[in-house]
Amino acid sequence: MANMPTEAHVHHHTAPTGFIRKYIFSLDHKVIGKQYYFLAVFSVFVGMILSWLVRIHLVWPDVHIWGLGAFSPTGAPGGVISPEYYLSLLTIHGTLMVFFVLTTAPQAGFGNYALPIQIGAEDMAFPTLNMLSFWVTFLALCALVSTLFVKDGPPISGWTAYPPLSAVGSAAGPGQGLGQDLWGVSIALFCVGSLLGALNFITTTIDLRCKGMTLMRMPLTCWAWLITAILSLLSFAVLFAACVLLILDRNAGTSFFLPSGLLVNGTLQNHAGGSPLLWQHLFWFFGHPEVYIAIVPGFGVISHVLSVFSRKPILGYKVIVGCLLGIGFLSFTVWGHHMFLSGMSPYSGFLFSIPTLIITIPATIVSLLWLGTVFGGRLRFTTCMMFALGFVSVFVTGGLGGMFLAQPSLDIFLHGTYFVVGHFHMVMGVAAIFGMFAGTYFWFPKMFGRMLNERLGKIHFWITFVGVYCIFMPMHFIGLEGMPRRYSSFVNELMQPLMPVHKFMTIAALITGASQFLFFINLFWSMYKGPKASENPWESTTLEWTVPSPPPFDNFGGKHPVVYHDAYEYGVVQNGKDYVMQTDPPGQPVST
Amino acid sequence: MGKAFAVVLTIITTVSVAVLVSRHWWFPEVASAHGGAMDHQFAETFVGAAIGFILAQLGLAVFAWKYGERKGDTRPIRIFPGGAKWLVVLALVYVGSEIILLEFVGQKVWAAMYFTPPAANSLQVQVLAGQFAFYFRYPGPDGKFGPSHTAKIDETKGNFFGIDTSEPGSQDDIVTVDLGVPVSKPVELLLNSKDMNHGFYVPQMRIQQDIVPGMEIPLHFTPTKVGRYEISCNQLCGLGHHTMRAFLLVMSEEDYQKWIVEQASLQ
Repeated sequence: MANMPTEAHVHHHTAPTGFIRKYIFSLDHKVIGKQYYFLAVFSVFVGMILSWLVRIHLVWPDVHIWGLGAFSPTGAPGGVISPEYYLSLLTIHGTLMVFFVLTTAPQAGFGNYALPIQIGAEDMAFPTLNMLSFWVTFLALCALVSTLFVKDGPPISGWTAYPPLSAVGSAAGPGQGLGQDLWGVSIALFCVGSLLGALNFITTTIDLRCKGMTLMRMPLTCWAWLITAILSLLSFAVLFAACVLLILDRNAGTSFFLPSGLLVNGTLQNHAGGSPLLWQHLFWFFGHPEVYIAIVPGFGVISHVLSVFSRKPILGYKVIVGCLLGIGFLSFTVWGHHMFLSGMSPYSGFLFSIPTLIITIPATIVSLLWLGTVFGGRLRFTTCMMFALGFVSVFVTGGLGGMFLAQPSLDIFLHGTYFVVGHFHMVMGVAAIFGMFAGTYFWFPKMFGRMLNERLGKIHFWITFVGVYCIFMPMHFIGLEGMPRRYSSFVNELMQPLMPVHKFMTIAALITGASQFLFFINLFWSMYKGPKASENPWESTTLEWTVPSPPPFDNFGGKHPVVYHDAYEYGVVQNGKDYVMQTDPPGQPVST
Repeated sequence: MGKAFAVVLTIITTVSVAVLVSRHWWFPEVASAHGGAMDHQFAETFVGAAIGFILAQLGLAVFAWKYGERKGDTRPIRIFPGGAKWLVVLALVYVGSEIILLEFVGQKVWAAMYFTPPAANSLQVQVLAGQFAFYFRYPGPDGKFGPSHTAKIDETKGNFFGIDTSEPGSQDDIVTVDLGVPVSKPVELLLNSKDMNHGFYVPQMRIQQDIVPGMEIPLHFTPTKVGRYEISCNQLCGLGHHTMRAFLLVMSEEDYQKWIVEQASLQ
């Protein structure tokens, strides 16, 4: 299969002319990729504002926030955030960020845009499904954002929505009525969109590679998107089922997650026979692969750009592919480490800790190979490269926190504390977002035909890089003190002395967040006013850099690319260049 | 730019390590029998993690400092000595030894808490968690808990635990709002919830357990220091989650006897 020419399978559809078919209900993977990207940009903007409100409430609980009182008269009367509105805000912050940012842009955004071009295809395998998957995801976003406008406000059960809190309806607290229903609908729809997208990615990668593009010649980005798609296919199906069961428990009187004898707010609930732990198993069976769905595309992008800007072949291409496959497989065996203290059998807890520690082996190998790639290179410190180096740093830092949390005996202390919050923000949030920034600075010239402003980009990088350490390192420290997360204020005697640390983190978050406006400005300004981009501004080898910026509708202008080289042939001398394009005719390049 | 990155990264690494080593923010002093072994394991994990952290960050800093491209640079690139092989071996050795050490030691700490049954002379206390309070129930002089059910909870009559008062075994049960225990005596808690998932977290005791409705989850420990420790709910349970707390009162045997008699008189 790998060496078979596959052009016969490439389907052709003509370029649409009307505005709606061209930009709204488009079948073009490049437009859909951008749609996903901007959906993520919108979501990350809202999610970031919510995180500001959360941080402000923690340290200045009495402050009046201008306009918030008008926005939510019940949640924030007079602009002062109530404790329950704090929980609403963090629920929506988490849901937006995990689903609509970390799961969209790295995979469906950049993947949609770059995967077909990188493997030499004209489009994704199923353009109509592709369009559907975006619009279903868009509906999911609308359902989630609408919770901010319903009377009771958004749910207060966190992004993990543990029942009974999420399953017994409005008796459980404000936002647990319509808000929680909308949350369930939103996530169920999101699952559908992700499943459709995953099918498309897998089929496209298997079937539509151009002549000569063997699996082992694919850029690592394509490997990462393929593996992520397989993870999505297997895990979102389970979350979908869980969401349907949750909606049934809430509205149809079933008891999948609810045991008998629940006395909520003075009322005995008419449920029997279910288990709250069932939700946790289903949720984390999705939830742990989800962590890798968020970060593996980042692994791909970072491996890719480190090679490009080190002017060196990526060190250990095959090893990285093997590690990504290993991480993908193992990610389905570790979900129980979220549940060490859940009441699950302690013997299971011990068993789950073993693959959890083992999965750090491939992750460590990949990190070391990145260092080995940078070693001895001729590093070009573009903004993209800075974010890639930053990625390696924050991923290592966040990942090492995992060594503590993977041990059930240490989790007894750290479970549910700020240590966990610091850990997952660093390793999953910040690292994945650095991957997105690297991807943006890398592919923007191809996507929009113009260059981003490098000076603005560098300022953005420096504030962000130092800022995230200032926000999330101290979270680890206060976690060591035993400070519980999801507390809207700290009445606790142990916690009061830690307020100055919280203030420091809030100020760091405000500054770091503000610096993201530099990025937004750069993005939108450069889209129209940036200097024109050449075909291959980064002197990169892969197929997307053989076509004009931006590429024509069918990507290759009716031609069928043929690949003769690996994806990372840098550091050679050929016709005055130090790299060999994948499509360059075969020949023996002279090594330097 | 590479040099600036190297400097900033070195500063971040140094400050992070310095803060940890200074122990300015550190675990509260341990006050339970098994806590020492856990702290020991923390320390070992810290050493392992710190080695990885310092080497990786400084390695990145050094490479960024050293290998930046200069104008008209014709220096050839260098492949990492030995290629990927030695890095794979390094990862296997580093993580592999951590796994063997930590799983081996870690299993003992975990096993002491969860695989070993509580001592036969343990003080048994039932815990009932609900939005947003804990209640504790002692078996009283007969040493037996009578039956209880959430349907019998009636806060207007002061029956917070749902005790079936018609049963003889329930008559002498004592319900309290704080958890009083004698020092150095093993305690076995039987954790129940009447509504939501809750948590039972006492950092100084190095104990934590989720409380799940529909399940009675046992948890045992032995307090070793007299004192008053906060019990926090550490599983999101609703709008008043942050207010849900109680106190663990570790007393001398004498004080405990006085306390429990006093509590019994309040029933």
